[in-house]
Amino acid sequence: MFRYTRKTLILEIGTVLAAVVMLMPFYFLVSTSLKSEQQVLTTSTLSFPTSPTFKNFVDLLAPGSGASSSIFHGLLASVIITAGTIIALIVVGSPAAYVLTRSTSRWSTSTYYLFLVAILLPTQLGIVPLYVEARTLGLVGTPWGMIVVYTGMLMPLSVFLYAGFFRRMPIDYEEAATVDGASRTRIFTQIAFPLIGPATGTVAILAGLIVWNDFFTALIFLNGSEYQTLPVVMYNYVGSLVSQWNLIFAVVIVSMIPILAFYFFAQKKFIQGYAGGLKG
Amino acid sequence: MTTMESRATTAKPTTTSTEPARNRSYRVGYGHWWWALPAVLLMLALIYATTAGGAFYAFTNWTGIGSFDLTGLANFRKIFQADELTGSLVNTLVLAFGFLVFTNVLGLLFALALNRGLKSRYVLRTLLFMPVVIAPIAVSYIWKFIFAFDGPLNQTLGAVGLKGWQHDWLASPKLALACVLVVMVWQNTGFVMVIYLAGLATVPIELEEAAALDGAGKLRRFRAITVPMIQPSIAIATTLMLIQGLRIFDQVLALTGGGPAGATQTLATEVYQQTFVYSNFGFGAALALVLSVIILIFTVAQQYATRDRA
Repeated sequence: MFRYTRKTLILEIGTVLAAVVMLMPFYFLVSTSLKSEQQVLTTSTLSFPTSPTFKNFVDLLAPGSGASSSIFHGLLASVIITAGTIIALIVVGSPAAYVLTRSTSRWSTSTYYLFLVAILLPTQLGIVPLYVEARTLGLVGTPWGMIVVYTGMLMPLSVFLYAGFFRRMPIDYEEAATVDGASRTRIFTQIAFPLIGPATGTVAILAGLIVWNDFFTALIFLNGSEYQTLPVVMYNYVGSLVSQWNLIFAVVIVSMIPILAFYFFAQKKFIQGYAGGLKG
Repeated sequence: MTTMESRATTAKPTTTSTEPARNRSYRVGYGHWWWALPAVLLMLALIYATTAGGAFYAFTNWTGIGSFDLTGLANFRKIFQADELTGSLVNTLVLAFGFLVFTNVLGLLFALALNRGLKSRYVLRTLLFMPVVIAPIAVSYIWKFIFAFDGPLNQTLGAVGLKGWQHDWLASPKLALACVLVVMVWQNTGFVMVIYLAGLATVPIELEEAAALDGAGKLRRFRAITVPMIQPSIAIATTLMLIQGLRIFDQVLALTGGGPAGATQTLATEVYQQTFVYSNFGFGAALALVLSVIILIFTVAQQYATRDRA
């Protein structure tokens, strides 16, 4: 019944057209970033430049230009903070979720609900006490402090995702290992954790994207320090340009390239991560 | 979360009588509770302690530094008396509701179209999901350009002979809120689509074929088979979009900064401005508390509305 009929063709054309409309912003982004300042002023914003130039990107990234060092610093800070947070979320979150789902005590259930409620609490309510607390502990303006802050903020998400996967995982392997005399630590590190690989992937992708793209927390905690992440660098840089859209879009593209490259490289994993993780 | 509970309840009938014995033979005892300790401590210190602190300051006139007085409900009285703040409350609800409806309708339509059959489905799925992975602030810059007075939107309208429809979109108090909504919907439609695609993948093709043989039309099949079977996806997608819509912040700040004349101010941006721009920390905390209560109420109501009726 699902033959490719004329109706399917019409649906296909309609869907492609709708998708093209949805993707128009990317066209404007790329075409404007390839225009010279002159062309931005004289040509229509709809047209693709007749003589595309990469000068905006060269100006931006060439060593010695004011922007390039802050962009590379921002890239480095983003990578360190994102990677550190992901590792911490996995190392701390997976054993916690494991104990909470495998234990049958009433305490573990209520602790799990504490994690669930924490997902709902809006960041804004706690952000200033958090800032004051972090400043007292010397965590403000350093990548390590930022990793601690993000890890704490995203721990409920990590525990929630891991718990969903652990709950669906049959305990037969763990039982068999218990019968064979393996210790709890051994069972977890050599059986449960490797089996839960997809959950680790989901946590890494979801948390990684949140941290990489986060603007609000990074602005408050890192603005003015030498460890500003890419979104903050971009915000400050764009603030210094007045409607020079060709340069603004060059910065936007540069900030998007790492995450988009990663996305196209592993797009199946990304999409599965989003869809699968939330089935919880 | 609805699905989790339903999973737990539906799992029960399938368990065999050997299950209790199994539970006893393998279980993590009290001896390993400390495995959860670092995660619990981090959460308590960074989320609950700070939120409790914020909730406490909501009843004070603290300015972020120095001493403060307990002022009881004064902050809350001020919130519900000021027109500007009821305005941002209304804006927040309008945005959240519009966001919930449009992302879900568009996401579901794209998911239905790209579920099976179309040759271009894999490419289009990948491309439509692309906005989801980009930073909201970057997305906002792109759209700020599109909405600019001499930007692509007005030029397109001019080119197709609709000069009368041209506006200074983000500067118009009437249209700015709709613009913010468009940007939010644009960025999240791919996300909702993916949730629905995962749900649609669980609908067996035989079921639809059988219904079609029995003479059920497309709409009937959608209502009687697809919708009940993707109920969990609907619950997840609507919950997530509702929470995200109520918390909306980045896009508003980057697109309009809450303007023109407060026309796009939301509770989240109001919290930010009161706290970090005007240093009215106590007042900002009171606003944040109101926002939190609203989010909790709506989430619970929404869970109730989309719960599994099976």
